[in-house]
Amino acid sequence: MAVKSLKKQGSDLAQSNKQLEILSNGIFQTGELPTFKNKISESNQFPLKAKKLEILQINVGYMCNQVCDHCHVDAGPDRKEIMTRDTMRQCLEVIKNSGAHTLDLTGGAPEMNPDFRWFVEEAAKVGIKDFIVRSNLTIIRANKKYYDLPEFFKKHNVHVVSSMPHWTRGKTDKQRGDGVFDKSIKALQELNAVGYGMPNSDFRLDLVYNPSGAFLPGDQAAMEKDFKKALLEDFNIQFHNLFAITNLPIARFLDYLIASENYEDYMYSLVEAYNPAAVKNVMCTNTLSISWDGYLFDCDFNQMLELPVNSKVKHISEYNEELLEGRDIVISQHCYGCTAGAGSSCQGNTIPADA
Amino acid sequence: MSKTYYDPADLRKFGNITEWSEELGNKFFEYYGKVFEEGALTAREKSLIALAVAHTEQCPYCIDAYSKDTLQRGVTKEEMMEAIHVGAAIKSGATLVHGVQMMNKVNKLDG
Repeated sequence: MAVKSLKKQGSDLAQSNKQLEILSNGIFQTGELPTFKNKISESNQFPLKAKKLEILQINVGYMCNQVCDHCHVDAGPDRKEIMTRDTMRQCLEVIKNSGAHTLDLTGGAPEMNPDFRWFVEEAAKVGIKDFIVRSNLTIIRANKKYYDLPEFFKKHNVHVVSSMPHWTRGKTDKQRGDGVFDKSIKALQELNAVGYGMPNSDFRLDLVYNPSGAFLPGDQAAMEKDFKKALLEDFNIQFHNLFAITNLPIARFLDYLIASENYEDYMYSLVEAYNPAAVKNVMCTNTLSISWDGYLFDCDFNQMLELPVNSKVKHISEYNEELLEGRDIVISQHCYGCTAGAGSSCQGNTIPADA
Repeated sequence: MSKTYYDPADLRKFGNITEWSEELGNKFFEYYGKVFEEGALTAREKSLIALAVAHTEQCPYCIDAYSKDTLQRGVTKEEMMEAIHVGAAIKSGATLVHGVQMMNKVNKLDG
């Protein structure tokens, strides 16, 4: 369990260029990995092109009450980057004028942004179909001022998507910190109590599973079944869907892979699991990621690697749908993470189970 | 030459066995793939059985492969170790039950 962010530790890996250098050149004892560019070229999918914008993913700040081992954002209590209300206003203008049907708030812990509630209230007025808040759950139990979040979410019909590494205490606390499991269970019970996650409820509660170590996620449908059975039997907790997400080799997960001497094997695992069919629906093609200071990226991972969109438009204040649509998506070796197996995105698999 | 008989990197080359006998190799992998599909047993249950058998067969490649595979399926450390104990119990039981054969033989020869 990391006690500080890489940035606070002064680690080399806090610099995006250092991470990109490792991803591009590798640190392999034997052989080389094929480039992602060449791999997708084999199935005539290069360059990846942005389609019509459907999802606006806004990172409202890197501040978090947790310091999880695998955080690709390198978030934590010591990270002060936070979106201002002015930048939120610029985002709201785009939400009003774009065709995006989904708004996806992430962080850090998005709830820690002082203007979080204001933003939710304002954004809820503009007719977004699916309003997602990515909650780490423990924030609901972190401080009295957050205790009413379940009711607040319900009032604004927020779709809650919560991280839950495993249905057992040991695996969850190992990845996310001591005591996280118990607080998460309590928070889930409170969400259930106001109607979230119940079988016929409109108040959506989905869980996100990402592996606790240097291995890929298993079958999403089978994992969902196991999570549902265990959480119901052990804690009387219900939820709607489980999204299985592959850990991408950046930031703290990259640091962990290198320190544990798993980097090489993990990258081979990703390449071996590469699935050309998963490329078609990777999230970067219909999503735009906006950083805390308003800059535009193809996805949250590119944001952390400081790989901006390939467009004249770089900032939310200059947003222009015509100029952004059809742009070439910026790729690197980390993109193997989204195309392994059944594919991985913030909404889980990119290939439906019945496909 | 490798300094040891087993090289973990060889596991990634398993598929190459088809190069020297394509038909038989392909038939094996087709069968292998089919065996591990979801059936009357779940893929998770099959993975745990494979982990236990990997140990009784003492195959280091299989142990690596199914340690990872069970982890990917959300199996806990406790479940993994219990599965290995099942394998170990059968292995030691199989040794000991032959003691009856030994006793039969001794009784016949030296009753």
